[in-house]
Amino acid sequence: MPSGNGSSSGSNLGRKQERRSPVAVRPPVPEIPVPVWRNFKDLQEWEQLRQERPEGDKHSSAFVSITEGIHNFPGGFVVTTVADAFLNWARKSSVWPVTFGLACCAIEMMATFASRFDVERLGMVPWASPRHSDLMIVSGTVNIKMAPMLKRIYEQMPDPKWAVSMGSCANSGGPFRHGYFVVKGVDRVIPVDVYVPGCPPPPESLLNGLLLLQDQISHFRRTGKRAEPNPKVD
Amino acid sequence: MTLDQARTLISQRFATAQVDAAVEGVPIVVTVSPDEWTTFAQFAKNDLQCRFFSFLTAVDWKEQGLEVVARLDNLDDRIGLMMKTKLGPGASECPSITPIFRGANWMEREAYDMFGIRFDGHPDLRRILLSDDWVGHPLLKSYAVDTPHPPYR
Amino acid sequence: MSTRATHADREGPRRTDEGPRRTEDGPRRIDLDYAGSERLTMNMGPQHPSAHGVFRAILTLEGEQVVGVDAVIGYLHRCHEKLSETLTYAQYPSIASKTDYVAAMTSEFAYVRAAEQIGKIDVPKRAQYLRVITSELQRVASHLLWLGTWCLDLGGALGGGATIFLYCIRERELLLDLFESLVGARLLYGFYQVGGVRYDVPPGWVATCRETVDLIDARISEYEHMLEDNPFFMARVQGVGVVSRALAEDVGISGPLLRGSGVNHDLRRSDPYSSYDDFQFTVPVETAGDCFARYRVRMVEFRESLKIVRQALDGLPEGPISSRPGLKSVAQTRIPKGEAYVRVEGARGEVGCYLIADGSAKPYRMKWRGASFSNLAILPHIIPGHKVADVVAIMGSVDPVFGEVDR
Repeated sequence: MPSGNGSSSGSNLGRKQERRSPVAVRPPVPEIPVPVWRNFKDLQEWEQLRQERPEGDKHSSAFVSITEGIHNFPGGFVVTTVADAFLNWARKSSVWPVTFGLACCAIEMMATFASRFDVERLGMVPWASPRHSDLMIVSGTVNIKMAPMLKRIYEQMPDPKWAVSMGSCANSGGPFRHGYFVVKGVDRVIPVDVYVPGCPPPPESLLNGLLLLQDQISHFRRTGKRAEPNPKVD
Repeated sequence: MTLDQARTLISQRFATAQVDAAVEGVPIVVTVSPDEWTTFAQFAKNDLQCRFFSFLTAVDWKEQGLEVVARLDNLDDRIGLMMKTKLGPGASECPSITPIFRGANWMEREAYDMFGIRFDGHPDLRRILLSDDWVGHPLLKSYAVDTPHPPYR
Repeated sequence: MSTRATHADREGPRRTDEGPRRTEDGPRRIDLDYAGSERLTMNMGPQHPSAHGVFRAILTLEGEQVVGVDAVIGYLHRCHEKLSETLTYAQYPSIASKTDYVAAMTSEFAYVRAAEQIGKIDVPKRAQYLRVITSELQRVASHLLWLGTWCLDLGGALGGGATIFLYCIRERELLLDLFESLVGARLLYGFYQVGGVRYDVPPGWVATCRETVDLIDARISEYEHMLEDNPFFMARVQGVGVVSRALAEDVGISGPLLRGSGVNHDLRRSDPYSSYDDFQFTVPVETAGDCFARYRVRMVEFRESLKIVRQALDGLPEGPISSRPGLKSVAQTRIPKGEAYVRVEGARGEVGCYLIADGSAKPYRMKWRGASFSNLAILPHIIPGHKVADVVAIMGSVDPVFGEVDR
């Protein structure tokens, strides 16, 4: 027979009086060993695009010296800035996302990749292998069982890489924030560049987020640094 | 076989079982003791022809202990049967009906994961939804909804 | 904010001239003693291109043949059952959508009907018809997505499988436009409330719905011909993943999987709810039990669902859309003490909600009987014996949605 009192004091709404539960509520202390992920790091990471090359690397030195030469020649700056802009455009227009669909947002991500809200016209070919992709669109709820897998896939992507957190579950835990097994935002696991809100965000929102990401990529290519939060947009 | 025939068969075979219609949407609800759990499941499969296994779960009635609930169906005669057993306060052992219904395999693993009920006779009782090294059984009423714990929290 | 990972936390670069890691006494040497019958354990990990969601299958292979499957689930466990004890009957239906997120309204249906059965709340006829129309349109949308992703898995994204995928998503977008004009959301709704539905049909919706239904009906025939004239599709799909009738009932699978194995069990027919007995439709049953049979069942279900939608649109009665309209506070719906187990014929099978109410505004216990959880339990029984390529075909025909599996 159900007892008279209703809910135990597990509610996080905070608006009502906490009822005294007849059973003592003991928060659990799970002994989860902190994993050492250094063992799984497969590729090296370069923070900046223009890293110092070792002595024997003549090829890029030649490239650098030639472009410096062109730039310093009178009138040559036109060529290098145009080339720079060209490379910039090429870099941002060919971002390949790794298909990392976890939950409901994956369906909207698939709709964005499909014919009506085509994302391939922006150059984004969804690619299953993380080794050949630049972007990870985390679409869906990340939970404690999935978080190590997410981190592992993120680390398998070569640098420079970006991450878009799609949907409110990936942004902050979403509607499941008060669950014992849900990670409250994927930015606790990987660094995120663009957050796309919504539950699920319609494809127009995701496209907006991807266009903002393209701005970030061109900023990175120009300056070699990751973008700071922009008060005009954020 | 009609519902009334099924009810009389159950009352004849299991005198101590309580047959009523306490659950909306389920025509026959039978409460048996944990000792008769597997015999009743076998009886339902063979004599009542309830071969369709729908689900198995548990409920935590705080002081009165845990209760295991299973639902079977006879698809040809359209008989819906729900079997319940109360494990008693403090008890968390229950015989497994996996040898009788293969669908109970994952359902009992989930009940173990969420409530801590150990099923005797289950071939592979380990956690199914939570990580293998998780401590605690979340759906018990004594488990809080949310707590911070490392490494991702 | 201190828990956020940033780019600054990542480790710096390793010099390229360091070379591969070596042990003190030279590179490791492993002697492989291949005898020809070694078993390989292959992980089909939680992230894989076959677009079903987070499922991990640890396959034991002997050559190309699978001899064992260990299905690991739980990568999308979102604590639905514990959260439902903290959310009221007015708050939970939109969270319920997120179990079967492809056909979200059928999930809400089970929860809302369970609350209504315990509380003996009547649902007006117009609301019942609207529920039927939206459920059947959701079934069509879900089967369209199933067909698209299944063909994508069979063919590969750049290898021809994307053809049917793009066509099906194009049709699905038309349906999602209908839902958007009705509810406001494309994928996850909070449309069903205890007592009825939340929004009424906007003007012009019925006419657009009829046009869309006719269009989809014509296009499905096109896809059927496209697929059944293709000998590769037929070879990959016939005879693969046979589920016998006894196994089907024992494990508890439902929906098109069960009907593809010869069991004539459809909840809309055997246990009619929400005025389904007002409509004429046939229930497709195939006896072969393989992937092709399940495909045929779903293709016929397309047409039957569209037939039901047409009949419901023709007979849509006037009246209120809810017996408890308006929401003044989230705790206003109180359900008296009682228990109910209510099932709904979802796109994947029997979606059930076992609800124990205790008189307050929140349930005491709620259990989701997810159709995909039981459907997925059949994989360890039917996959061994097939080749690796068939694993993808079988998983696609089982059509799991992991919101339902992991809840």
